[in-house]
Amino acid sequence: MGETFDWLTSSEQWSGPAGIPARLVEHIWYSALGVVIAALIAFPAGLLIGHTGRGSLAANSASNFWRALPTLGLVILVFRIEPLSIWPVIVALVVIAIPPILLNTEVGIRGIDPGIRDAARGMGMTGWQALWRVEVPLAMPLILAGLRSATGQVIATATIAAFVGLGGLGRFIIDGYSVRDIGEISGGAVVVALLALTVEGVFALLQRSLGPKEGRRRPRRVSGPAVQPEEVHA
Amino acid sequence: MNWGWLDRNLDTVLEDLSEHIQIALVSLLLGCLIAFPIGLIAYRWRAAYGPLLAITQVLYTVPSLALFVLLINAVGIGQTPVIIGLTIYSLVILVRNLVEGLRAVPPDVIDAATAMGFRQTRRLFAVELPIALPAVVAGLRLACVSNISLVSVGALIGTGGLGQLFIHGFQIDNPIEIWTGIVVTIALALALDLLIVGGGRLLTPWTRAVR
Repeated sequence: MGETFDWLTSSEQWSGPAGIPARLVEHIWYSALGVVIAALIAFPAGLLIGHTGRGSLAANSASNFWRALPTLGLVILVFRIEPLSIWPVIVALVVIAIPPILLNTEVGIRGIDPGIRDAARGMGMTGWQALWRVEVPLAMPLILAGLRSATGQVIATATIAAFVGLGGLGRFIIDGYSVRDIGEISGGAVVVALLALTVEGVFALLQRSLGPKEGRRRPRRVSGPAVQPEEVHA
Repeated sequence: MNWGWLDRNLDTVLEDLSEHIQIALVSLLLGCLIAFPIGLIAYRWRAAYGPLLAITQVLYTVPSLALFVLLINAVGIGQTPVIIGLTIYSLVILVRNLVEGLRAVPPDVIDAATAMGFRQTRRLFAVELPIALPAVVAGLRLACVSNISLVSVGALIGTGGLGQLFIHGFQIDNPIEIWTGIVVTIALALALDLLIVGGGRLLTPWTRAVR
């Protein structure tokens, strides 16, 4: 505990390109890049599959394989394609972030009561209007849950990616381990954990403020699917 | 690709595989043993569930490598920090599924059982738990596959298992070793998943009764 505290509070950790602030910015940058690119692919795909109902089985069986995929192996494998560049690792982060976003979007859209969909069409909305103004808002709690789960996994995997030489907060853990500096190892772990918890907290607030209005008083079971897809850890 | 490597190192791969299975299953078993009483307490005393869920969610959010490393401080290196970390993750999944499964038991069924003279404890074991079993099996599957995938991360702090193949394959630039690790890990996860699904079906014959 003492070494960790000393490491975290020594002034040299708080400045320069290898200091905590610089590593934190790197970590957030990689993670944001991974999640945003994944969302650009997975969100439309999830909408399509959920809306048309086609490809749902394929998406679900693919996710079974994905859950078992060891992230360390994946990171190392893609790194070999083009070493000394951050892009292979970003690709790995995208691969990891796609399934939770896609599956949650799909389940959220598919689980909407057909009566609600019919009512939207009956009011004269086009298919697109119904999708954007009725279905997406109703599925929003689940979509956000998917984003939250994906972000958590990406932050964890970005930490592991330090092993192949990527920057970010994982550097402290990997470098500290190679020189057996317990203060640096656990100091780095504490910062990573705090980052993950902060992001989780931000998502919890977002989920509360962006959910459908009636969802605050009653559980969202009324229009949402009965079973939520589970979150998975990385 | 250097296929001869696989031939020559089959023993190492099998050794890593058995250590991988051991770590994953010991954590899953410990998770079950701890989750069962906690889940029952959270089900019986509803007020306890909210705070319990919040605490476990916080633990669950900590990235695996960070959790393992922080546990080294407490228990030293070796398998122990990884087993404890994975036990915590399994625990979170299992408690949540157990409580949600028990809560989803229809109230009429509970009333009927009570009317038939079941006391609380017997009702729990003879009626409520069997009905909640599919949810528990779903939790077991998730915890198992997540454990299998995460044991590899332990290789970064020197724990054995298939993750060693990644580290070593990276160090000596041997793609076949990395691929072997990935393929064997996925195969192991799917095999254990099938076992759990099969076991779950044997225990819940009524869910596949011919109508």
